[in-house]
Amino acid sequence: MSSTARKVLSLPLFWPCATLALLIVLNASLNPGFLALDWRDGHLYGNLIDILNRAAPLALVAAGMTLVIAARGLDISVGAVVAIAAATGALCVSATGSLALAIVAALAAGLACGLWNGLLVVAVGMQPIIATLILMVAGRGIAQLITGGQIITIYYPPYDYLGNGFLLGLPFAAMLALAVIVVLHALLTATPLGLFIRAIGINPLAARIAGVRARPITLALYTFCGLTAGLAGLIISSNVKSADANNAGLLLELDAILAVTLGGTALTGGRFSLAGTAIGALIIQTLTSTIYSLGVPPEVNLVFKAALIFVVMLLQSAEFRASIRTLATQ
Amino acid sequence: MLLQARGIVHAYAGKPALDGVDFALRAGEIHALMGQNGAGKSTLIKVLTGAEVLQRGSILLDGQRIRPATNREAQRLGISTVYQEVNLCGNLSVAENIFAGRQPLRRWTRGGGIDWSALNQRARTLLASLDVDIDVRRELGACPVALQQMVAIARAIDISARVLILDEPTSSLDSDEVEKLFTAMRRLRESGMAILFVTHFLDQVYAVSDRITVLRNGRLVGDYPAAQLDHAALVAAMVGRKVSTQSAAVEKESAARADETRALPVMSTHDLARRGSVASVNLEIRPGEILGLAGLLGSGRTEVARLLFGLDRADAGEIRVSGQPVALDDPAQAIAHTIAFCPEERKTEGIVEDLSIRDNIVLTLQARMGLWRKLPDSERIELTNRLAQMLDIRAASLDAPIGDLSGGNQQKCLIARALATRPRLLILDEPTRGIDVAGKQEIMNQLTQFAAQGMALLFISAEVDELLRVSTRIVVMRDRRQVGTLPGGCTEDQVYALIAAPAEALH
Repeated sequence: MSSTARKVLSLPLFWPCATLALLIVLNASLNPGFLALDWRDGHLYGNLIDILNRAAPLALVAAGMTLVIAARGLDISVGAVVAIAAATGALCVSATGSLALAIVAALAAGLACGLWNGLLVVAVGMQPIIATLILMVAGRGIAQLITGGQIITIYYPPYDYLGNGFLLGLPFAAMLALAVIVVLHALLTATPLGLFIRAIGINPLAARIAGVRARPITLALYTFCGLTAGLAGLIISSNVKSADANNAGLLLELDAILAVTLGGTALTGGRFSLAGTAIGALIIQTLTSTIYSLGVPPEVNLVFKAALIFVVMLLQSAEFRASIRTLATQ
Repeated sequence: MLLQARGIVHAYAGKPALDGVDFALRAGEIHALMGQNGAGKSTLIKVLTGAEVLQRGSILLDGQRIRPATNREAQRLGISTVYQEVNLCGNLSVAENIFAGRQPLRRWTRGGGIDWSALNQRARTLLASLDVDIDVRRELGACPVALQQMVAIARAIDISARVLILDEPTSSLDSDEVEKLFTAMRRLRESGMAILFVTHFLDQVYAVSDRITVLRNGRLVGDYPAAQLDHAALVAAMVGRKVSTQSAAVEKESAARADETRALPVMSTHDLARRGSVASVNLEIRPGEILGLAGLLGSGRTEVARLLFGLDRADAGEIRVSGQPVALDDPAQAIAHTIAFCPEERKTEGIVEDLSIRDNIVLTLQARMGLWRKLPDSERIELTNRLAQMLDIRAASLDAPIGDLSGGNQQKCLIARALATRPRLLILDEPTRGIDVAGKQEIMNQLTQFAAQGMALLFISAEVDELLRVSTRIVVMRDRRQVGTLPGGCTEDQVYALIAAPAEALH
């Protein structure tokens, strides 16, 4: 192997990118029209654009999750927070007819949920998985309470723009997710926040002795994670023009953790990559497309998805690749 | 002679830890095993209890050769150990812990299963024999550490009641609890048990021991009746030099007088104390001064540093920085008062392993600057280059992870991290531990230079010769108390004399 090849292989984002490329090639071979892009009604149109649009809420939630995990935390309540934010936004826009008010209310709901999680972890000292389990369970009930147990249908056309609109020919939701990730990345590099998060994630005790104030930072990360879930809730409710307390963002927390892992962030904390997380979200959405284009029967859909994820994870595992290499050389 | 070890030789990966050690334990005696760090106490215990397989030499129990290969086998032969850290299950009851794995069972005619009433009754009787009166159904984790220790002992003596080995049982107990433990030990001695007792507290040795065996550098120094070995002789045996207790007290006073005339201290403490950690510490550290903190392992040296840096909260007394009383509840507060700290546990408390050398060095400075002011890249590189050059940090690249460096270079990085904040007071806990001789000298030369530039330093070390080389004054700790202050230029003998002076002589 040449040294350039080895360098490329050891790039942190090489394997997530390779996995995504592989999935796209697989889809293109199954469905010849998969890569086609059309310009219709003033915007791009095609399977790839669909994937971008659908992956947006997941990418947003996973971005918040990345930072929480990087600082040795976990937030399994994001799916329920999506439902709360969706219900709040839908109710607000139906009641007042104001898009701005709906957005503010939904984001505030997400922020409050994140703050609650953060306080349980930082001030009460609960284990992150338990602290966020509370809202994971209670959150759907709260969403039910907001919607009055009904699925709220949204008849206000401007609201549709969040999940279905286009900006400069590309899906608005995808642009929004990209913008959030870019701004976040800028914040992490322009301030020492990235350094502090990694220090807390790698060695919390040493970070404390070095004078890093982990508590306010951790609180802020959970709050931000709640905010991204709120944003995702707005997009999802807009996309389906309704708020369903039971199904909005269902199991999204697991997809988000998966996207974070696929992107090369260590679940043990410390090492993280926002770009990797974005690619991870795209991998998961492309996987879903693959399942549709293969025509997998709905009843075995989940089993099939799990099998695909298993293969993807094996590909990404350095240990697995090493053992394959030793087998091959023997 | 109940238990006898002869000519024990034991090596770890070719490095000898025990070199021809003889040891004898009689029935009905409490026998203290003493020695400094690395003297071979733990290895001897491990060999006797089967945690390490005997390499050379012989062990005799009741005149029979034994060769325990596991802890379990040693227990079956009658040798039980209670370790420093209580290793029982906090989520089980007291009685369950005592009989875990050996629960009395009901007969099948009565349904089988554990006979709870017999279990609890036997636990009560056993604990009563140690003069412990508690509800044996209580969850162990909810009991004070002292009680947990008693439960561990109860379990050990119930499994096999001939030889009991207690490895630093008192290190987490306060004085009342220690007294209770000693009462129980005396009771067991009367019943004919042989007890081997390891501790770092000199006064405790005399309170209960009948005999004392001293090890040094893996060799036996001697086996003495406790009544015939005074404090000074014991310390002399441990450290390998003669100690006199006479001169110390005089020097202590003259040093104290010389202090009063100098500049305002950077930091001073007044009766600073924390229960179960240190009692009543009074320190003054002035600019340009290296204050040495001496004492044996477990004397409270590190605990003082933790209080001064806000890592532990004091529950009595006062800390003043530049004459102003301050509250230090968090290291970040100490850092804001321009205090810097290099911890003893380099790996777990010092370095952030996967971060680069540069990031590790600027971490504290950046944390003090806050979240909204980032150290500009050019300054970051200039600062780390300068510090790396000054401290001679040898690394292929300063952008490499700090985990790649040798221990000595990691230590220099931690000193660099402290210096980057331009501290007025630098606290160093065992900065030379695990570093080769040349590296040690380098670090000590640097400390002297910092002091010459007006920095105040608190230098903690177990190696008295190091302290003497650089300190302008030396505070001596023993049994978690400050027992005296000596001027710079005093002798090792004087330091050891204070360490060894019997408690009464100091009051």
